[in-house]
Amino acid sequence: MDRAVDRRLHRLSGSSAGARGAATSLPRPAVAALAAVPIVTLGLGFGWPVATIIARGVSWSAIGDVLGDRHILGVIWFTTWQAALSTLLTLAAGLAPAWVLARYRFPGRVLLRSLVTVPFVLPTVVVGTAFLAVLPDRWHRTIPAIILAHVWMNLAVVVRTVGSRLGQIDPQLIDAATMLGASRWRAWWSVTVPLIRGALLAAASIVFLFCFTSFGIIRLIGGPAHPTLEVEIWRRTTQLLDLRTASILSLAQLVIVGILIVAVGRWQRRPGSGILRSSLADRRPIGGERWMGGTVAGALCLTLALPIGALVVRTFRVTATSWGMGAWRAVLGNETIAPVADPRGSLIVSVRTAVVATVVAVVIGAAAAAAITSARRFGALLDTGVMLPLGTSAVTVGFGMLITFDSPPFDLRGSWVMIPIGHALVAVPIVARVILPALRSIPGGLREAATMLGASPLRTWWEVDRPVLAKAATVGAGFAAAVSLGEFGATSFLTRTGSETAPVTISRYLSRPTPLNLAAASALASLLMVLTLVAIVLVDRRRAAADGWL
Amino acid sequence: MRSVPSPTTVRRRCSALFAVLFLASCGSDSAGPTDSSAPRATDAVTAGDTVASTGTTLTLLAYDSFVAPAALAEFTASTGIAVTVATGGDTGTLVNKAILTAGNPEGDVLWGLDSTLLSRALRSDVFEPYLSAASPLTPEVLATVPGGEVTPVNTGDVCLNVDLGWFTDKGLAVPTTLDDLTDPAYEDLLVVENPATSSPGLAFLLASVAEFGTDGFVPFWESLRANGALAVDSWDAAYFSEFTAGGGGGSRPIVVSYASSPPFGVVDGVATTASVDASCYRVVEFAGVLAGTDHPAEARQLVDFMVSEAFQAELPDSNYVYPVRVGTELPELFAEFGAPSTRPLTVPPDEIDANREAWIEQWTDAFIG
Repeated sequence: MDRAVDRRLHRLSGSSAGARGAATSLPRPAVAALAAVPIVTLGLGFGWPVATIIARGVSWSAIGDVLGDRHILGVIWFTTWQAALSTLLTLAAGLAPAWVLARYRFPGRVLLRSLVTVPFVLPTVVVGTAFLAVLPDRWHRTIPAIILAHVWMNLAVVVRTVGSRLGQIDPQLIDAATMLGASRWRAWWSVTVPLIRGALLAAASIVFLFCFTSFGIIRLIGGPAHPTLEVEIWRRTTQLLDLRTASILSLAQLVIVGILIVAVGRWQRRPGSGILRSSLADRRPIGGERWMGGTVAGALCLTLALPIGALVVRTFRVTATSWGMGAWRAVLGNETIAPVADPRGSLIVSVRTAVVATVVAVVIGAAAAAAITSARRFGALLDTGVMLPLGTSAVTVGFGMLITFDSPPFDLRGSWVMIPIGHALVAVPIVARVILPALRSIPGGLREAATMLGASPLRTWWEVDRPVLAKAATVGAGFAAAVSLGEFGATSFLTRTGSETAPVTISRYLSRPTPLNLAAASALASLLMVLTLVAIVLVDRRRAAADGWL
Repeated sequence: MRSVPSPTTVRRRCSALFAVLFLASCGSDSAGPTDSSAPRATDAVTAGDTVASTGTTLTLLAYDSFVAPAALAEFTASTGIAVTVATGGDTGTLVNKAILTAGNPEGDVLWGLDSTLLSRALRSDVFEPYLSAASPLTPEVLATVPGGEVTPVNTGDVCLNVDLGWFTDKGLAVPTTLDDLTDPAYEDLLVVENPATSSPGLAFLLASVAEFGTDGFVPFWESLRANGALAVDSWDAAYFSEFTAGGGGGSRPIVVSYASSPPFGVVDGVATTASVDASCYRVVEFAGVLAGTDHPAEARQLVDFMVSEAFQAELPDSNYVYPVRVGTELPELFAEFGAPSTRPLTVPPDEIDANREAWIEQWTDAFIG
């Protein structure tokens, strides 16, 4: 009986051998053209500068010295395990909210789903101080605090990436499993998990890379005793000018990230297709679900609200001993609080930058995802290459750009385009990672059917793959915009003239030691938060409108 | 001081020449410039080469928190030279980027290189030597740049800051020396920055070296650790998250910050914080003409302007640093609540250069390891 159920469940989730080989129908030249987009752009904007800066410092003797240094080995080990643990815990903490937000309709759902993105998008320095404010003192500068902060900030990745897949699973599938005699738990493991495996792995990869290259949280919450590779590379490059060691550490980062992506990719490319439908799958919770859903949503709400609340409260703390509206007057009325003269302008710059960065990231990321699913062996290589920017030190990229784009026709130093390009570099891997599982989940039969009905290969791709891609790209666009709005790390090393983004302005407020400056930084961060919420809600609505294409 | 060539002026003039013309010695104070394109050290306030420069735009590279004083507009108005400020990183990042692009710089003038990093930049020929003579300087300040490669533009004191309200409430005396910090009465009250990742952190480490000597500073830090001092990675984290008067709900009333921080905490004419006079380390910041600039003459004019009265007088308010120009008055708020230390600690530049990394490592072993 048990084995029979297993077999049938297996067929339901579509992970049997029959579904294998679900490659797109695109002709070779089209695949090559698609692949050229990420190869050329990332090659020029990422590969070249990173190779240049590493080549500047690398040597055989340096490899031996660095890898023989106990302290540095300790840093590499700590970086890796804390990222792995943070990822596991983020997955564990994110699944229940992802399920509840995807499957149940309840008032405030859209807002909650957008709210979860806030910690992900706010500049670390702001969100980190808010987080520290609600954390007991004895937890400051401890490893559990680092990991907790990582989980809290990256929850959005799991909730949104996995949630968008959960929302597409046909509820009848799970009903069928239960009818076949599976327990709820069994149905979850045998039907749901295989269906969301791609999205789970995508989320895990993104979270891992964010934690692996964690910088702000480590410096703010972790303190001097727990540096990551990213912090160590930053220190060696910007403080000590020790490019010899920094180049080896950057290589170590690339190797570890490369190995991880190849391993996950192997796992992920097993097609996990199934019968998916639009997000009609959600409904009002009934009976016990209401209790369960309420608890999960409430807990999520509280987790998000506490530090965000601390942030908002702080906007009114204008001196060490008094409360007032001074910070809001300055930010909304565009008054100067030294050293910031134009807070409102910075929000406009942020929006403009985010628009450019999002368009660039979505074009490159979508082309990459389409090419990866169409080109088999080469696709795996491309897959790895596209992910590398997320796993590479921002300092390495920034300093690489500095010494690479330094002469005509590529003297881009100080140019405004560097900022959106920098943001797009971080966003491309996320966009690609979000689109890939969706494309892979298209049942091969669908394409075969189209071909048999007489559609040309291009037509088949247009009718079958493109709508799925477009929909997933919208989720990716939301992330790309969020990444760009909150980005501070990668581009803070690039030389800028004039107009600055909101996160940079926030950090400028914090260069003056007054409670009013902290309040103003918090107020601007709150506005940035509202802006992000609006962006995400807009994207979500577009996504909802696009539903039903499948 | 300016009417007769003072020893200071002569020395300055000679060191500038020394640097540029590679003269082996500098014997006569009447030695004038022989090369018209070389930087001239004149006593005129508006020194620098007078060339037709209308229409030129200079790029001024500076650290992230730099704010251009409003007086900069006067420079553009009187010379026709526009100035664009470009930022991107802290002082360390700024200097290292300049070193990596030496000869093909991102800008024309660099603002904010400090005395703890000067030697590194000089080794890499980042600057076209220029010591402006447009301002009288004290011998102490001039001594920080004996080769005359760059022009001192401001000083800053890194000091212990205390939350006055907290100490009054607890009925505890404010610490007055570095040694006081090891007193059990001040257990768990101090937050410092990691010298490996923060420039005030490094300055405070140097203060301890100056105070206790190369042998004595390690035991000092060991006692601080035993007394519950906390080290964090950056000034923001220390001030806004751990310091009681930073507004972020911190619990430590002593922080390593600047002598110029307390004026920012003045509420209705009453200071909420104060710096500890005997705990200060003095950092000198420089402006330099970047080697490889297309506009060396205009760049020198800008450096001259940076030590002019108008520009110098504005520095405390705009950048919370002190003017180097002798005779520049501090704004009232700074004179009353944020004056520079009367007995600042310093370490000679060559000693810093030779030992910086070793001291940081010793600190890490003593305090973190």
